[in-house]
Amino acid sequence: MPVTKAKVADVELELFDSGRGSGRPILFLHGGGGFSGRQPFVALLSEKRRLVVPSHPGFGKSALPDWLDSVDDIAHLYLELMDVLKFDRVDLVGCSIGGWIAAEMATKSPERFSRLVLAGPVGVKVGPPDKLDIPDIFAKPETEVQKLTYHDPERMKPDTSKMSDDELAAMFRARETLALLTWEPWMHNPKLKRRLHRVSAPTLFIRGESDGLVSQTYLDAYARLLPNASTQTIRHAGHVPQLEQPAAFTAAVR
Amino acid sequence: MRAWHFSENAYPYLPPADSYPSIRVSLPNRIYDPAKGAALYDRYIDEWLIAEEEGVEIMLNEHHQTATCVDPAAPLMLAALARLSKKARLLILGNPIANRRQPVRVAEEMAMIDVLSHGRLEAGFVRGVPYEVLPANSNPVRMNERHWEALDLIVKCWTHHDGPFSHEGRFFHHRSINIWPRTIQQPHPPIWVSSTSPSGAAQVGAHGYVQATFLTGFDNTKRIFESYRRGWREAGRGQDVPIDRLAYAALIYVGDTEARARAGAEKLLWYVTANKVPPYFSNPPGYVPVAMNVQLAKGAHNVVSVFGTKQATVEGAIEAGTMFAGTPDQVFEQIKKHWHHVGGYGNLLIMGQAGFLEHDDTVHGIRMFAREVYPRLKELFPDTTISGMTGQVAAAAI
Repeated sequence: MPVTKAKVADVELELFDSGRGSGRPILFLHGGGGFSGRQPFVALLSEKRRLVVPSHPGFGKSALPDWLDSVDDIAHLYLELMDVLKFDRVDLVGCSIGGWIAAEMATKSPERFSRLVLAGPVGVKVGPPDKLDIPDIFAKPETEVQKLTYHDPERMKPDTSKMSDDELAAMFRARETLALLTWEPWMHNPKLKRRLHRVSAPTLFIRGESDGLVSQTYLDAYARLLPNASTQTIRHAGHVPQLEQPAAFTAAVR
Repeated sequence: MRAWHFSENAYPYLPPADSYPSIRVSLPNRIYDPAKGAALYDRYIDEWLIAEEEGVEIMLNEHHQTATCVDPAAPLMLAALARLSKKARLLILGNPIANRRQPVRVAEEMAMIDVLSHGRLEAGFVRGVPYEVLPANSNPVRMNERHWEALDLIVKCWTHHDGPFSHEGRFFHHRSINIWPRTIQQPHPPIWVSSTSPSGAAQVGAHGYVQATFLTGFDNTKRIFESYRRGWREAGRGQDVPIDRLAYAALIYVGDTEARARAGAEKLLWYVTANKVPPYFSNPPGYVPVAMNVQLAKGAHNVVSVFGTKQATVEGAIEAGTMFAGTPDQVFEQIKKHWHHVGGYGNLLIMGQAGFLEHDDTVHGIRMFAREVYPRLKELFPDTTISGMTGQVAAAAI
């Protein structure tokens, strides 16, 4: 497995790097469930392009320093990661909270991104104050969260009885870090929507048709905040189309 | 030995438990009848004052969005008690400072109550149970770090008397802190911290604060108290840890007959049986360490949930050391056994009212304890006792 490490600022990051491929690299930012090189879209996406995937601080084997507590922190860290990797420009792909990180990065340094793909991204607040834009996944039974997350929960839901201690630990650590980053304001940065107009690169917003966490209304409103955005729906997928429909997801990204 | 009457101010008039998923956080407040609630406040305050008359100290706490404890702003109740009571020590256990945005405000509230009560405040601080994070919208990750920064800042608020000082910490920021009033008790009111984990207790011990633990039974309490003593000693506070630094909370009911004691004990179990809370409220991410969640996923008993299932019967709870109930002789023996097992404590926190334990029965329990058990405990376990030396104490007691 092409997994390496990178030290950025004082943070040790776990890094997947397919190493091969032509053209601009794809920097992929995973969602709240974390990343594994065995996930089915990885081989497809790295067939022709170099694919680089950091595990976010507090996910996988990446460290979580005590000063780090926001998506904004991670966005800064990853801009520096691009310097470390000598990436001048990349295509940036982000799923869910990874989409939020990607959006933050693009508002800070729009010139470094040729193209953005945001799949089921969170990060903005577009609806009224008395309704959560993103359902509170930490205040619902697991089965309900699975229904909101997957098109086909029976096929997709994790089987904890088959997981090793290390895998369980990674899962719980990811959940903890997700809470740290998203608890308040819930799943968004109130300032982000005032900055997204800076993102001039063509941006594709993807949504699985059964996504119960990111609604079509939310996605459309999010996309309207960027000057050069389009939207696309992936059928038979929920909040993680890269896992549920890896081929369709890869086709959309390429 | 000091005993404290502790009442959670429960609202027990609820629909059948199978009609709602959780008694905490999400139970609609339309179920709460304010007229009944007002009568309950009157009654619970009366019971605290009766405990005071009987020579027992007063303890209260706070929870939020729950029928189990309708005291979401404990300092308000404490302010009322400061004026209504005359001599009892007033223990708030406690202020959930990891969930409160302004530690300085908490320092002000506590200082005001200390003055209002003419120096009777015992200021307790708690991390808060897991179901508190949603009502407070408080991030469950790094609560411990917030808790200690807040507590250190509160102590500084109480002990700094020379005009404004500033605090620019990891979690809290103030440019100009200069609280009025300052506390009567000098250098500050006694500080209590609750902890149900050994690592937490060691930290409390290092600070020398009073360590309280709730319903942790025999072996867990022993481990927690041992950790406290280790933390105390490692911080250079000396070899001997006085028992007045340690407190244990149990469900306690004393009756003049076995039958009456049994009936009272059954009603006290409401706290165990009524505490219906689903896992998504009782175990938010980050509240317990990753390693414990791994064990939980593999089927270990949730040690966070102090209301364990085996303690849902009177016999089971007595056996577990989470309840002391019976006639005065029986309760005295149960407490003695527990006291020796865990290494001794100087404070007994009495959960003496719950659910449908009516006023007369509650008062009976308070009086029977105060008159028939408490004097014996005070005699057997004087405040000068050193904790963790149970062998010697047991020998001396024979």
